[in-house]
Amino acid sequence: MTQSLKDKLVILLLAALGTAFMVTFIAIEEQTEIFALLLVAAALIVAAAKFGVIKAISQCLSRNEKLMNGAVIAAVLVVVFWFREDHFPLLMIATVMMYVIACFGLNMQFGYTGVVNFAGAAFFGIGCYTAAVLGDTSVPLLMVIALGGIAAAIIGSILIIPVLRTRGHYAAVVTIAFGLLFRTFLEVNDTLGGPQGLRVPGMNLFGWDFNSNIEISENIELSFYMNYVILALIMVILAFVLMRRIERSWIGLNFDAVRLDETAAACFGIDIKRWKITAFTLGNFLAGTAGALYAMMLGFIAPSNFAFSDSLILVSIVLLGGMGSLWGTILAAGLVVLLPEKLQAIQEYRFLIYAIVMILILLFRPQGILPRGLRAYIPGWRG
Amino acid sequence: MDVGLLGQFVVNGMMLGMMYALVAVGFTLFFGVLDVIKFSHGDVLMVGTFAGFSTYLGLTAIGIDNAFVQLVGVLVVSIASMALLGAIIARYLVLPLKSAPPLNTLLVTLMLGTVLRESIRLFYPDGSNPKHFPSLLPTDAWSFGSFTLRADSVILLIGGLLVIIGVNVLINRTRLGLAIRAVAQDEETAKCMGINFKMIVLLTFALGSGVAAFAGVMNGLYYNEINFGMGLLLGVIGFSAAIVGGLGNIYGAILGGFLFAGLQTLGAVALPFASAYKDVFAFAVIIALIAWRPTGLIAEKTSERV
Repeated sequence: MTQSLKDKLVILLLAALGTAFMVTFIAIEEQTEIFALLLVAAALIVAAAKFGVIKAISQCLSRNEKLMNGAVIAAVLVVVFWFREDHFPLLMIATVMMYVIACFGLNMQFGYTGVVNFAGAAFFGIGCYTAAVLGDTSVPLLMVIALGGIAAAIIGSILIIPVLRTRGHYAAVVTIAFGLLFRTFLEVNDTLGGPQGLRVPGMNLFGWDFNSNIEISENIELSFYMNYVILALIMVILAFVLMRRIERSWIGLNFDAVRLDETAAACFGIDIKRWKITAFTLGNFLAGTAGALYAMMLGFIAPSNFAFSDSLILVSIVLLGGMGSLWGTILAAGLVVLLPEKLQAIQEYRFLIYAIVMILILLFRPQGILPRGLRAYIPGWRG
Repeated sequence: MDVGLLGQFVVNGMMLGMMYALVAVGFTLFFGVLDVIKFSHGDVLMVGTFAGFSTYLGLTAIGIDNAFVQLVGVLVVSIASMALLGAIIARYLVLPLKSAPPLNTLLVTLMLGTVLRESIRLFYPDGSNPKHFPSLLPTDAWSFGSFTLRADSVILLIGGLLVIIGVNVLINRTRLGLAIRAVAQDEETAKCMGINFKMIVLLTFALGSGVAAFAGVMNGLYYNEINFGMGLLLGVIGFSAAIVGGLGNIYGAILGGFLFAGLQTLGAVALPFASAYKDVFAFAVIIALIAWRPTGLIAEKTSERV
């Protein structure tokens, strides 16, 4: 058997395994069974790492990137269609996807360019509120998603001057202050619903109402969340492609240079301000689009959804996955969103557990669970 | 505006300023010795207030109901336990990350703040509801026309002022303060001069956390209500105050604290629109000030090393 054929088989096997795991994980309800499943998965991963299987697999994956991406999309589609009639699992999957998009935005800022942003939930919220305000007007709703992103980018541009002029702790306080300002503003502003929040009309695409179940024939009826899952999946794919293209282009190279050493980058003629503005605006745009779709799906938003702790969750996802690592972000978003939902026992304690896990990660594995690999300068070259 | 109301705003603003300054002093001390931000500071303050509250409950339970003894007990327990907690945090979370990127330290302590906050909410008896903090200070009041000055406000203000002066004297006039300043200026040289670096760092964190606990008790005595979330906003405001004043400078912290309280009061009194926007106004001005003076009003004295 040739190397490439073996690789393909491995990837297909992995995708099947992942699909089976996801389906079982989402389907089972019994708390002890969920714990058992998670323990088995953790044990398998630790064992695989011990015997060098993980390393072999990751090499195999990096050789067949296109096949891997396709296999993941196929796996997600299988999982989604498995739960075609159940509202709650689909809602969870869609939520994970929207967190992934928002965290891609943060990744562009934190992970690629090193611009700190502790107001992720605020930019997500700007998208949500844009959807709520524009939802009842005649603006096409697909456009509203883009406008949510644009609104986040525009409002974010208020922060550009302070973010550019400051660094480190000073920049952190600018975004933290903005996050608090945003939430306080929403709570006291009556036109935007005050603390009670606003109702958001659902998505409607060319007369196709997203908020009613899809009836294919008499006995096949799909949950209406399916609409949102598919749309979110398309957005995740687009965002992923955008992030990958940027990362591998000269723009990404400039981003990396700015993050690693501003002084050296400036000496080589890289315009630091330009790249920081690009990353900051583009990141906020992504968070805003995710927010707009999220608001349409939930149908209701309130200022309490955009607290400082929510921004912290977004930052935790980025750090947990590994700065700048896209697959890491996807994995971490899944863990952070799904685990508390599945483990009802820990629901009440979820912030406590996040915080403790994050402290342990930062102390013992600061690079995250799937760290971003080194840039390969020559395509196909393996060091 | 009526003089009495104005006087009330001034006293209230000064009280807030004093609390913010006390919190900001902690941030500035930690930044001075280690160049780190300990973001759990506000939550340490909150835990300190709850420790004081528990002491009060304990003292009442064993039959001591003299307000003065209770007050001393509350202050001693609260300050001592938080000084210890501050030193423990420094020893086990901040020092191990000394060579990590500053963002990691900021995040670790942010997360620690969440741990403290959630622990109080989940594990303190009925912790998710606000608690009534007792008034342990004399409640006499003097009235000047329409303005009423309460004795407890005056005592709290004087107490806060004494603590700030005390910290200042400690930093500028004692051997310990000399060591702290030496470590802040240059760690390596300070070590060469025989200063026990680790000891000084732990003592500084203990000092800052003790001051925060004092601010927390002050907050409880003034508002008579404490809850598990009070530390987050106080921490963020104290951090902003320290930043606006200029990190690593104790006068900057005091200036920043009073500036922020002044902005809030101004927002409540003088803004044409609703006073509900006072925090929005204060944070917006803070962002603008940072944009104008990126390293604080009293700038850091270090030059950038390339």
